[in-house]
Amino acid sequence: MILLLALHAVLGLGVIAGGERLQRRALLVAGLAPLAALVWLVAHAAGVIEGTPVTESFTWVPELGLDVDLRLDGFALLLAVLVSGIGVLVFWYSHWYFPATQEGLGRLVGLLTLFSGSMFGLVVADNLLVLYGCWELTSITSYLLIGNKYADGRARAAALQALLITGAGGLAMLGGFVVIGQQAGTYQLSAILADPPSGTAVTAALVLVLLGAATKSAQYPFHSWLPGAMVAPTPISAYLHSATMVKAGVYLVARFTPAFADVPFWRPAVVTVGLVTMVCGGLRALRQSDLKLLLAFGTVSQLGFLFVLFGMGTEETVIAGCTMLLAHALFKAGLFMGVGVIDHQVGTREVARLPVLDRGWRAFTWLMVFIAAAMAGLPLTFGFVAKEEAYQSLLDEAPFGEVTVIAVVVFASMLTFAYSARFLWGAFWYPRSRGAPTAASDDAPSAGFLAAPAVIGAVLLVLDVLPGLADSLLTAASQALDASAAAVHLAMWHGFNLALLLSAVTVAGGLVLFVGRRSVARVLVLGAALPTGGDAYRASLRGLNRVADRVTGVVQNGSLPVYAGVILLTAAALPGIALAADWPDVDAPPLVDQPGEVLIAALILGSALGAAVIRRRFAAALLLGMAGYGMAGLFVVMGAPDLALTQTAIETLTTVLFVLVLRRLPDRFERRAGGPVRVLRVAVAATVGLVVFAFALAASGERIGPPVSDEMTDLAYPEGHGRNVVNVILVDFRGFDTMGEITVLAAAAIGAVALARAGRRPGAPANPAPADAGDAEPARPAEVEA
Amino acid sequence: MRRVVALDTSVSLIFYAMMTGSIYLLFAGHNQPGGGFVGGLVAGAAIALRYVAGGIDEVRRISPFMPWTILGTGVVLSTSVALVPLLLGDAVLDNGLVEGDVPLLGHVKATSGAVFDLGVYLVVIGVVLMVVEAFGERFDAAEDGGERLL
Repeated sequence: MILLLALHAVLGLGVIAGGERLQRRALLVAGLAPLAALVWLVAHAAGVIEGTPVTESFTWVPELGLDVDLRLDGFALLLAVLVSGIGVLVFWYSHWYFPATQEGLGRLVGLLTLFSGSMFGLVVADNLLVLYGCWELTSITSYLLIGNKYADGRARAAALQALLITGAGGLAMLGGFVVIGQQAGTYQLSAILADPPSGTAVTAALVLVLLGAATKSAQYPFHSWLPGAMVAPTPISAYLHSATMVKAGVYLVARFTPAFADVPFWRPAVVTVGLVTMVCGGLRALRQSDLKLLLAFGTVSQLGFLFVLFGMGTEETVIAGCTMLLAHALFKAGLFMGVGVIDHQVGTREVARLPVLDRGWRAFTWLMVFIAAAMAGLPLTFGFVAKEEAYQSLLDEAPFGEVTVIAVVVFASMLTFAYSARFLWGAFWYPRSRGAPTAASDDAPSAGFLAAPAVIGAVLLVLDVLPGLADSLLTAASQALDASAAAVHLAMWHGFNLALLLSAVTVAGGLVLFVGRRSVARVLVLGAALPTGGDAYRASLRGLNRVADRVTGVVQNGSLPVYAGVILLTAAALPGIALAADWPDVDAPPLVDQPGEVLIAALILGSALGAAVIRRRFAAALLLGMAGYGMAGLFVVMGAPDLALTQTAIETLTTVLFVLVLRRLPDRFERRAGGPVRVLRVAVAATVGLVVFAFALAASGERIGPPVSDEMTDLAYPEGHGRNVVNVILVDFRGFDTMGEITVLAAAAIGAVALARAGRRPGAPANPAPADAGDAEPARPAEVEA
Repeated sequence: MRRVVALDTSVSLIFYAMMTGSIYLLFAGHNQPGGGFVGGLVAGAAIALRYVAGGIDEVRRISPFMPWTILGTGVVLSTSVALVPLLLGDAVLDNGLVEGDVPLLGHVKATSGAVFDLGVYLVVIGVVLMVVEAFGERFDAAEDGGERLL
């Protein structure tokens, strides 16, 4: 498995790097990765279905308990097959979808491959932190793929929205994972689920995890990013935003529910969120006139359904959930591909603008009708089998106790039927009835283009005829989640029972909703006035920007004296308060050690005072330098040649650098602030000086333990191989500090150059000769950006 | 700004002496006062003198490398000294030591600390060059402007 993940990474990065030259062949090259995964999965499927998971592991960061544990059990197998299988189809489909000379195709294909690998890693990860890593990788690749047309502002906004929402949820989830991992004493997922921790902390952690799952799977009220993500090319929508990535949250809920079903809030919360999502998504789908958006809201609704089923967490609902998951991935991917075909061939997917799809479209039409029938849950389709299974499991579990759940699910299924019908009506019948022109016959899709949705249709057909074929896979998947789950026996016909009645009610209700679509639409228009999740997202983003604006305005007011004053006062206040509260008993050190010190001290004091009062900038800089040389002199007198040397060199250099910068400033300081401001400044300066003095005095008299420098002196030669202790400390004992410092220094230097150049015209000389000065106006913002 | 002949001549004399001194400080630093940081500062001061004498063109003539190349080389050098032991299975920044007799030089000890120090030296020089690059001016260009350096 590790090799497969590496293959995805290598192919993905390779195609990003060199994909432009491969053009569309990049798709076939990169498609090898999911194909290899699929072959590997098929080869190992038998063993996994028998009940022996495949595991692989290597130690990565033992200190953090971060082992890369991979584990392929039944449920992971189900999802991995979907990820790789639909992945292969999507790559094939993309080969026809994208024009031969699509710009940036290599990047897109590489990202798709990376996504496929991340998603594969997510479902086989057996370590919470590895799972989190893959989770975020899917978010990031999704962000980049949604924003594929990065020149389009809408695409960028949608990508950012998806990233912010799923990323925020992911961060919350990481917090939850860490708490759970710490409480359980291990980050291994299978171990945690086998022996789940409990307690208040774990309950809080589960809220966070649920937040992550709900954002990723586009549950209300976090769903708004998913319809937005539809600006991405259709293969991406089909793969990421219907079949696989949005199932990640469902996957997590499915994994966690059996272990944490006893935590009081979990079940009601998951089921409620799922029910709300189901109904709202379905209602919104009925309002859409863009076929792709219709499907997107349908996906939201179906994800809610999966949340309900897995959130109930009984043996039977888990089975129903697995069946529904399989069915949904198949029919939704197929329908999305179909919309892509229409969009690609006739250039629109708006119902009101579609032409009549007539000659050459017959096979396509029947294919879409067939797949949409599965989505609607019509009898004799696999969707029907899944829905029956779901109804039966809900009825068995709570015959009459949870009538609400069943009622809502049935209502939402009616909506599903209605929007499935609306999809077909919009795509094929409405253009005819409004008398739209017939599509040109050479617009009809080629056989290769239709191959991928046709394969999905064929799989659905096989499952229609022989639903039992999926039994063993679904049994393994359900039992991996809940060991007590019974063996699955899917069948089309279970006899006359309550579930069948509910199915009949669903179909009837759906038909009513569809036939009475005009009246329904009038009611739905009322819903348009309600605030949506998207509005909430935009409002919170605006609010955040406003708050940041205000805070920055207060904190960064641009006044250098204020900055310096705040920093200095803080530096003085902290030790100052501590010293004032508890002044240590210090013996004053002798005032003068050597006569030379008096002279040097006088020099330092004199030049410092001079620097403070003098009016000319150059003179002030020189006086500062003089104070610095005085300090070097003090070091010499006290026997620290290293320090003295460094101090001298620094003073020399800073003086020259001062001169460099000062040439750009006026010769004299601006008029001094008068009156109270001046008093304040003097007070701040005096306070800082006094506190530093007192602190130095107290610190020198307050030594408790032996100084750490003794040890360093002893170890300098044997350990550091040097006799100069200062240098050995710098490059060895405290080498890490030095490394950080030079990095900061380098960053500061780069920043200085960038700042100094920001005001210049690109390509202009550092300092334009006076002859050019006429047209070298101050840089305008646009130029700074350039 | 005009170039002053006396300054020009004396700086070109002092410059090489200071650079030699800085390199001495760099290598002596392990056992005697000195080290990469001080060495770099001395070299920086020498560069600053060159600037005072001849402006940014004079500074650019010192090395064929761009300032950021020198800066980056320094960071990479020091960081790799820190990271190489990690690849060998030791702790970060673990000190390596090579000892041996080299003809003409006698007994020589080389520690990885010296390479690290060389990185620090290059970073300091790079920073000085970068600052000169950022704020420095061409002398001939500013000549008519009537500005004076000092």
